[in-house]
Amino acid sequence: MPDRPGGTLYRGREGMWSWVAQRVTGVLIFFFLLVHVLDTAVINVSPEAYNAIIGTYRHWIMGLGEAGLVAAVVIHAFNGVRLILVDFWAKGAKYQRVMLYIALALFVVVMAGFLPRHLMNTFGGH
Amino acid sequence: MTAVAEAPAAVGAVKSFTVTIKIRRFNPEVSPDPTWQEFQVEAHATDRVLDALHKIKWEQDGSLTFRRSCAHGVCGSDAMRINGRNRLACKTLLKDVNPDKPITVEPIKALPVLKDLVVDMEPFFASYREIMPFLITSGNEPTRERLQSAEERARFDDTTKCILCAACTSSCPVFWTDGQYFGPAAIVNAHRFIFDSRDEGGQQRLDILNDKEGVWRCRTTFNCTEACPRGIQVTKAIAEVKQAMIRRAF
Repeated sequence: MPDRPGGTLYRGREGMWSWVAQRVTGVLIFFFLLVHVLDTAVINVSPEAYNAIIGTYRHWIMGLGEAGLVAAVVIHAFNGVRLILVDFWAKGAKYQRVMLYIALALFVVVMAGFLPRHLMNTFGGH
Repeated sequence: MTAVAEAPAAVGAVKSFTVTIKIRRFNPEVSPDPTWQEFQVEAHATDRVLDALHKIKWEQDGSLTFRRSCAHGVCGSDAMRINGRNRLACKTLLKDVNPDKPITVEPIKALPVLKDLVVDMEPFFASYREIMPFLITSGNEPTRERLQSAEERARFDDTTKCILCAACTSSCPVFWTDGQYFGPAAIVNAHRFIFDSRDEGGQQRLDILNDKEGVWRCRTTFNCTEACPRGIQVTKAIAEVKQAMIRRAF
């Protein structure tokens, strides 16, 4: 183990790692929204400029980015509901781990429905 | 077939094993940087991490510094980070933390390290004092006990178990980065009085914890609940205080 100045990494369990994931996805979504507000605002410049910028979303790199964005939004949303229940449902703390696995299961179901269609659009031509 | 009796183990011949303890040492008088140091200790399956630390201190290196008092999980002195997780050294058996690999022992996080495994607990106790951890009443003193029903007593039973070891507060990612946060232990001890039917200071305590460094800083990572050596449902207690604040607002 290298000599880290802060000591070793704290070995938290599901609760800690879901909190880390919530933070990371939250920050990612925030940056996307920032960019999205800017690219939409280009409509004020000219319709041609707007079309050029929105057209870049067709690139496959953007397609993969969108897949990541949807994944981040979906997991952030389901885990967010879990966090609200942990705080305000009397039995929320007791069932927090179960609720996390339910959130993850819902995430898998939603992504299984979304990803094939989206990737076909991204890579299959139009 | 004849039964073969196993030879009984000789008295005193309890199976022992050698375990490597990797301790994060820090002595500000020698070096401003902490270092890792490994010790080999001969141990039994019934030995706790604290026994290994004692063996090191008594037989190998007397300068090893750590706190312990009762050594039986009641005084709350020896909370430390064992294999990356907060535990009491006196309640952790070596055999339960995989003695086949080196066992890492570090001071608890986020409180200033004074020497080796000893941290400055003052910021922790300052938060504890702020929530007024004592009975607040008004009017004349009763001549007899202040009575309450078994149900009223059970309401806050879980949070009476706290031994103020700081395992919860120093396991909290919010507290690591924001030392102003009251921390789980202070909230647990506020919970103990807020939900006590004999106490009249509940509103004051809720006011104190409604601060931006109060209960709303909790991000429900459940590290505190996992770390509590007394098995207190810490995150649940914090959520109950949050709910009490919402309820009184309506």
